[in-house]
Amino acid sequence: MTERGAQIADATERELLSFRVGGQEYCVDIMSVREIRGWTRPTPVPRSELWIRGVINLRGTVLPIVDLAGRLGIAVEDASERNVIIVVHVRRQTVGLLVDAVSDILAIPESEMRPQPDVTSNTNETFIKALTIIDDRMLRVLDLEAVLPDSTRDAA
Amino acid sequence: MTTPDPMAEIRASFFIECEELLEALQDGLTQLDSGEADDETINVCFRAVHSMKGGAGAFGLEDLVRFAHRYETVMDEVRAGRLIPDHQAVLLFMRSADVLSDIVRYSRDGQPIDTGAVEPTLRELEGLVGGPPEELEEEVTDFQPLTLDLSSGDTSCDTSFVVAFRPEPELFRSGNEPLHLLRALGELGDVSTEPDVSKIPLLDELDPESACLSWQITLDSNRSVADIEEVFEFVEGLCNLEIEVQTGPSDAGSVGLPSVPGLPDLIPDLDGGDAPEQTPFPEMDTPRPRLTLTDPETGQTASCVATDPLSQAQPPRSSDAPVQSAAAPKKTTVRVDLERIERLVNLVGELVINQAMLSQSVARAGLPSTSAVVQGLEEFMQLTRDIQDGVMMIRAQPVKSLFQRMARIVRESSAAVEKSVRFATDGEATEVDKTVIERLADPLTHMIRNAVDHGVEDSERRLAAGKPAEGCITLSAAHRSGRVVIEVTDDGGGIDRDRVKAIAIERGLIDPDVALSDSEIDDLLFLPGFSTAGQVSNLSGRGVGMDVVRKAIADLGGRVSISSTPGEGTCFSISLPLTLAVLDGMVVNAAGEALVMPISAIAETMAYREEDVRPLGPETQVLHIRDSFVPLLDLGVELGFRPPKPSYEGSVVLLIASENETRGALIVDTIHEQRQVVIKGLQESYGHVPGIAAATILGDGQVALILDPVDMMANAVGRTRPAVSELQAAG
Repeated sequence: MTERGAQIADATERELLSFRVGGQEYCVDIMSVREIRGWTRPTPVPRSELWIRGVINLRGTVLPIVDLAGRLGIAVEDASERNVIIVVHVRRQTVGLLVDAVSDILAIPESEMRPQPDVTSNTNETFIKALTIIDDRMLRVLDLEAVLPDSTRDAA
Repeated sequence: MTTPDPMAEIRASFFIECEELLEALQDGLTQLDSGEADDETINVCFRAVHSMKGGAGAFGLEDLVRFAHRYETVMDEVRAGRLIPDHQAVLLFMRSADVLSDIVRYSRDGQPIDTGAVEPTLRELEGLVGGPPEELEEEVTDFQPLTLDLSSGDTSCDTSFVVAFRPEPELFRSGNEPLHLLRALGELGDVSTEPDVSKIPLLDELDPESACLSWQITLDSNRSVADIEEVFEFVEGLCNLEIEVQTGPSDAGSVGLPSVPGLPDLIPDLDGGDAPEQTPFPEMDTPRPRLTLTDPETGQTASCVATDPLSQAQPPRSSDAPVQSAAAPKKTTVRVDLERIERLVNLVGELVINQAMLSQSVARAGLPSTSAVVQGLEEFMQLTRDIQDGVMMIRAQPVKSLFQRMARIVRESSAAVEKSVRFATDGEATEVDKTVIERLADPLTHMIRNAVDHGVEDSERRLAAGKPAEGCITLSAAHRSGRVVIEVTDDGGGIDRDRVKAIAIERGLIDPDVALSDSEIDDLLFLPGFSTAGQVSNLSGRGVGMDVVRKAIADLGGRVSISSTPGEGTCFSISLPLTLAVLDGMVVNAAGEALVMPISAIAETMAYREEDVRPLGPETQVLHIRDSFVPLLDLGVELGFRPPKPSYEGSVVLLIASENETRGALIVDTIHEQRQVVIKGLQESYGHVPGIAAATILGDGQVALILDPVDMMANAVGRTRPAVSELQAAG
């Protein structure tokens, strides 16, 4: 690992939490992350989308778990003890994202953010806000609002 | 109310009190109407109006005072037996109560009062007693909520009073401050105050917590004795107060407060509640130089108006006063921020879950049941349950207030369409979560209006059909199968299904040649844009249809259903979940998942017996139980957790009986236990999941879904036999 923290602080710098999903690297704004939890077996909810793994008990709250790989159309694999749940809070909703592993916390200047190229056949294009490059690796900035299973979004 | 004005808070609590009083008034009037009233009933009504008037006077709400005064004047006639209210009069009383509650609301919101409704009602009221009552005297609008007698104030001009005020130690202990009282007294007129310092002992004998000071105040004022007493209202019983009326003008000097300069200002502080901290002498074991406070001060008082209990000195009250104070402690409320309760509810929920986890680990530890840990845990469980019940009760409210509002809707809407409608309620005491009650008001209002407008026929048609001219709308509430069922029933003509269908076709809502069952036609009423009102009355038919009602109920996690019999009437039934409540459930296992079935929905449990099952259709079966057949469902299949099993030998069958008579037999793998579960909403993150009411957290920390049997059966797949293709694939 190189010294990413040593990057020049920018006025518009954003802190991102990066993680791996289905072999790809993604990241979310760290301000929307509430906590990171180990794997708990979710209780399946009938007739829900395939990418919803079910619900877990987060200190007395029923927390829906989104299988991020399934949601992004990468692959739905059987989750195991090695998986991690990132609890995020977006649009007054708290949801757990099931990912492979959490990697790092990065500070990326806004100027380093690139819009994603227009590839219409890419199914997960709607979930990605921007792209950025760190150490020659492409990092996808996830659009959480698009990922979340929100019924009210259609109405709004 | 943006400023943190202490008055605003008092005002707000006054309006809350008004709500309670209006409720009591409604109750009383309903009793009067039904003939269940006794002598006390009219007193209750009278006192309710009277208390509102009193409070309103204090806040300068003149419209409210004016109406309440005339209203209570008429009631007073009834109370005195000079007026026997007939049905019409009671109806008028009810209307007046409606107007009164309007005025209260307008006053609360600071809106102008619609005099259009007020004046006719007032005139009608006055018509009962023959003419307007004497106008209110200024006195009543003053802060005297308890005093009825309008002539109680001795409004003599510039009388001279000699007030002897001797605080008891309790006065200081309860945080009162004589200085404030003396200042308040000073506002009534010219005062001269003479402190009596003679009782102050030498410093080493001084008990800092005793009351050594007393005052003699000479007051020149045009106020009454009652006004002076009012100043001391809050220290009643904490001091020795004597008020003497002097006929001649006072000869005492009429300058300022202290005639011993500096000292009185200092002494109250020294004597006050915080004295022990300030005084250099801590608690000493000196004999307390207690004042013999009951000693009458013979020297200066020629005619002693009153000794200790302040109340004796009050002017004679009208007969209602003692009763009023007796009624006061009937219902006291504390206003608590809803968020705090919410937090408490959540915490208790976690406590319950925690306790369940603890019991599980104790059970795993294999301790004998006689051990202290197990016994202590049992007590802990009992306590937890009690706390839980208590907390849930905070949020639950009887639907009574809601029903009373509906009574008004019936009165107003039946008057608007000139129909005679009686309103009956049942199950007013049924408790429902407060938020549910609040959000139920609008849909229910609409349903009641519909029932009056479309449900009940007009008198001629009713008489022609051999029914009493007066229609009847019944609103009932009850707990059923862990849900609250609220029903609006009318005894009208029932749903005109031909017309409903014709309209739906006309509006293009359905295809002209589609064949519909009766209940499907009834359901058309819930379609957006449907309105059967032939002519748009000013009541319903305002573009707000039953679809809005259904939406509002669905948002609460409830269902609306209709049942209607031509010629006999229609019943709208709302079934609501008891959100935030606890549920007695049976924890069952299906396809490896733990699920909770509300106990209330389970009629019977039995072992699965192959010989009782009859095939029906290619993949469905029915269970033969005691001369009847019920559809057999596999819980695992219904939830989509597994395909039907080839054999269910060894499974358990839950016989489900729901509120709307739907019955079904549900196959589960095993029954775990019966326990109380805390309902956790799923809705927020998921929206409505068919067959699932909510979720809960079990003792092992896992989330388990709570089933909604009715919903599940309505959406049932019904497969309990593997399809031939599946068998082939498996075989």
